[in-house]
Amino acid sequence: MTQNIKFYQTGTFTVGNRLLDPEHRAVQASIQRDNSLTSGHRACQGCGEALGARYAVDAAMRATDGQLIAANATGCLEVFSTPYPETSWKLPWLHSLFGNAAAVGSGIAAALAVKARKAGLERSAVRVIAQGGDGGTTDIGFGCLSGMFERNDDVLYICYDNEGYMNTGVQRSSATPPGARTATTVPLGPNPGEEFGRGKNLPLIAMAHEIPYVATATVADLRDLEAKVEHAMSLHGARYLQILVPCPLGWGAASCDTIRLARLARETGLFPVFEAKGGEITAVTKIRHQQPVENYLRLQKRFAHLFGDKGRPDIVARIQAMADKNIRRFGLLEAAE
Amino acid sequence: MIRQIEGSLAVAEAVALCRPEVICAYPISPQTHIVEGLGAMVKGGTLTPCEFLNVESEFAAMSVAIGSSAAGARTYTATASQGLLFMVEAVYNASGLGLPIVMTLANRAIGAPINIWNDHSDSMSQRDCGWIQLFAESNQEALDLHIQAFRLAEEMSMPVMVCMDGFILTHAYEQVDMPTQAQVDAFLPPYEPRQVLDPADPVSIGAMVGPEAFMEVRYIAHAKQTMALDRIPQIAAEFAQVFGREAGGLVRGYRLEDADTAVVALGSVVGTLEEVIDARRAAGEKIGLLSIRSYRPFPLAAVRAALAGVKHFVVLEKSFSVGLGGVVALDVRKAMSGMAAVGHTVIAGLGGRPITQASLQRMLDDVMADRLQPLTFLDLNWEIVNRQLAREASMRRSGPIAENLLRDIGQKPAPEAKP
Ligand SMILES: Cc1ncc(C[n+]2csc(CCOP(=O)(O)OP(=O)(O)O)c2C)c(N)n1
Ligand code: SF4
Ligand SMILES: [Mg+2]
Repeated sequence: MTQNIKFYQTGTFTVGNRLLDPEHRAVQASIQRDNSLTSGHRACQGCGEALGARYAVDAAMRATDGQLIAANATGCLEVFSTPYPETSWKLPWLHSLFGNAAAVGSGIAAALAVKARKAGLERSAVRVIAQGGDGGTTDIGFGCLSGMFERNDDVLYICYDNEGYMNTGVQRSSATPPGARTATTVPLGPNPGEEFGRGKNLPLIAMAHEIPYVATATVADLRDLEAKVEHAMSLHGARYLQILVPCPLGWGAASCDTIRLARLARETGLFPVFEAKGGEITAVTKIRHQQPVENYLRLQKRFAHLFGDKGRPDIVARIQAMADKNIRRFGLLEAAE
Repeated sequence: MIRQIEGSLAVAEAVALCRPEVICAYPISPQTHIVEGLGAMVKGGTLTPCEFLNVESEFAAMSVAIGSSAAGARTYTATASQGLLFMVEAVYNASGLGLPIVMTLANRAIGAPINIWNDHSDSMSQRDCGWIQLFAESNQEALDLHIQAFRLAEEMSMPVMVCMDGFILTHAYEQVDMPTQAQVDAFLPPYEPRQVLDPADPVSIGAMVGPEAFMEVRYIAHAKQTMALDRIPQIAAEFAQVFGREAGGLVRGYRLEDADTAVVALGSVVGTLEEVIDARRAAGEKIGLLSIRSYRPFPLAAVRAALAGVKHFVVLEKSFSVGLGGVVALDVRKAMSGMAAVGHTVIAGLGGRPITQASLQRMLDDVMADRLQPLTFLDLNWEIVNRQLAREASMRRSGPIAENLLRDIGQKPAPEAKP
C-alpha cells in the first residue's frame, strides 16, 4: 500500500532542513552562518535564550550582509555572553543598562542616519537591533521601548521571552503566566503561583503603536523565526519580535526539552505565533494538532503544584481556557480537512 | 559678533556651532529654551546633518545619547533638577563607558517641595558620577564653556556637564560675543572616537566586570580626571588664543593678591560677589574672591595655592548636604587641610532665594567681627522655622511641613511657576 507523505516540516518551516533545496535551508544549517553569538558563553545547558539569540542574530546578520550593531539589555543573555574579559559576540555590541536597550538602539540608529547623510547616502547600510529579556522589555524597559516604537525609530527590538527574571534567580515578570511558580509568586495559598488576571501582552501593545512589523516566534520553529527576522530586516522603522525561549533552570524543565516545550507552547495555543503589519494581524501559524495544556505544564516544575494528590485541576482548567481563548481570538486552528 | 540674546539661545547657538550630530531632548524648566532653540535649527535646516530626537524621558535622553555616542556621533543633551535625577542610572553609565557626551545642566533645586528655581543641588547630587562638571559665571562663559566642553570631552573620552544657573543665566538677556563657525572649526576638530560600534571592527562594549578589574576601571576614570586638571587650563588658554577672551580654566581669583579673607563660590553669584568685594576693598578691607570653574575634577592644588595667604575663607554655596552642611565646603576644606586659615560655610540661595548684596555685606560684616558661625544659612527665616518646630513638638499630626510654612508667611508659590 502506498501512502502520501506530507512534508510538514516544509510547509511549517520547522527544522527539517534536509528536505529542502540548499538555498531554502536555514541560516543555521549553513556553514557560512556567522555564529554571531559564538561558543564559549556561560548559558545553562539547553538555554532557549542562547539558542534564540543565535538564531535571530545570525539571521539578521545574513539579512544585512554583516552590517549589524546590537544593543543589549542587562539579563541572562548579557551576563552569560560577556564574562570579562571574554565576549561571545562577533558583531559590534553594546550593553548599557537593564531598562534602556530600545533607547540605546534609537541612539545608534540616529548616529548611523547622520553618518549616512554625511556620506551622501539616503540611509545607512548598517542596521540596528536591540534585544533583552522579557523583564527588560515588558517591565523596566517598557517606557523606552514604547518611545522607540512611537518615534518609529529604525530598530528591530527582539524580546527573548522566558517568562521571568531569570538572571536574578527566577522572579515574576509581567510576562510570567498564571499559575507559574517563581521566587516571588510561590505556590502557596488559595491562588498558588502567579495570579490570574495580571501580566501584559506586549505583542498586542506593540501592535497598538501601529509600527511596521510585529511578530512572535519560538525556538522550536527555526525557519519561521529566521524568515521573520529576515522580513523584519527588509523593512525600516520600529519593528518588534518576541521569541518564546524556554529556560530549563527557571521553568524546572529538562535541558533536552527546550525545543519540545517551545513547540508545545505554540501547539497548546498558550503562545500564539503570528505576524502583524501596521497594527493588523497578517498571518498566524496554525496549530495542526491542538495539544492539551496539561502536556505542556507537566514537563515543568514551575507548574508541579497543579498536579498530584493536592493538585489544582481547576487552575489547569483555567489555563486551558486561556489557551482556548487564544485559539479563538487568533484563529489558530487549522480548518478540519 | 556681539548679540543681545537670551542665555539659552546663546548656548543653543554655541552648541550648533560645535556641529553636534545627535541631540536628544526632554523638556524641563529652566533648560527648555536651549533644546527648543536647537530643535528649531535642525527642523529649519540650519543645523544639518543632525538628528534631533524628542524622547519620552530624561532616562531615554541619556540612553539615546549613550547609543549615539558609542556609534561615533557627537552627542548633546540638556536637563535640570528632577530630569537629572530621572536619568541618573544612565548618567553613571555614560561616564563608566567613557562616552564623551556634552550636557548642559540648567541648575535648579530638587524637590520635594517641588521648586523650579535655581540652586546647585542637582549638580552636587551627581558630584561622584564620573562626569566632568564645569560652572559658568555668565552667559558669555556658558557659551564659551560649551565649545571647550566638546573639545575636552572628546580628548579625554569622558562626558562633560556644563552647569549654568537656571533662570539667572538661562533666561537672562545679555550681550554675548558669538564666535564664527570658522573660529569654532579651528578650535574643535571633528570627533575621533576612542571606541566605536563598527561592523568592520566589531567590539563588545559594556561587558560585565568582576572584582578582578573593577577597581582598575574606576581608577582609570580618576586618573583621566586628574589629567583633565592639566588639560582644562591648557584648553582654556588655547581658547583665549583663538577667540580672544578668557573663559573656563580651573579657578579664577579676583582681588586675592594680599587678601586676608576670601569668599569661594561657583556660578553666577560670583558676579554679585565681585561688586561686594569691590565695595569692601574700597573701604580698605583686604578681601578677595575665588570662583571655582571646574568642580569635577576638583582643583585641590589650585584652590590651595589661590587661598595660601588668607586667614579666613568663606565657602558660599547653593547646595546643602542635609545632616552635614556644605558640599563644596568639604572639598575646599580638603584643599586647605593643614593650613591655619579658618573656614566658614554659608548655605545661600536654595530654591532660588535671592542672594542680595545687602545680605552678603551683613554676612561679611559677621566674618570681619569674628561672629560668623562655622555653618550659616543666609537669610533663613528663623521665625517660621521655629514655629514649625514648636508645632511638631506640641502635636503628633502637625501636617505637611511646606504647606504649614507657606501658611505661616501668608504666601502662595509664585503664580508664574510652571514645574
Ligand atoms: C535598574 C536595575 N534593576 C534591577 C537589576 C537587576 N536585574 C538584572 S538582570 C535582571 C533580570 C532580567 O530579566 P529578563 O529581562 O527577563 O532577562 P532574563 O535574565 O530572564 O533573560 C534583573 C532584575 C538591574 N541590573 N538594574
Ligand atoms: S537561567 Fe535560563 S535564561 Fe538564564 S542562562 Fe540559564 S537557561 Fe538561559
Ligand atoms: Mg526573562
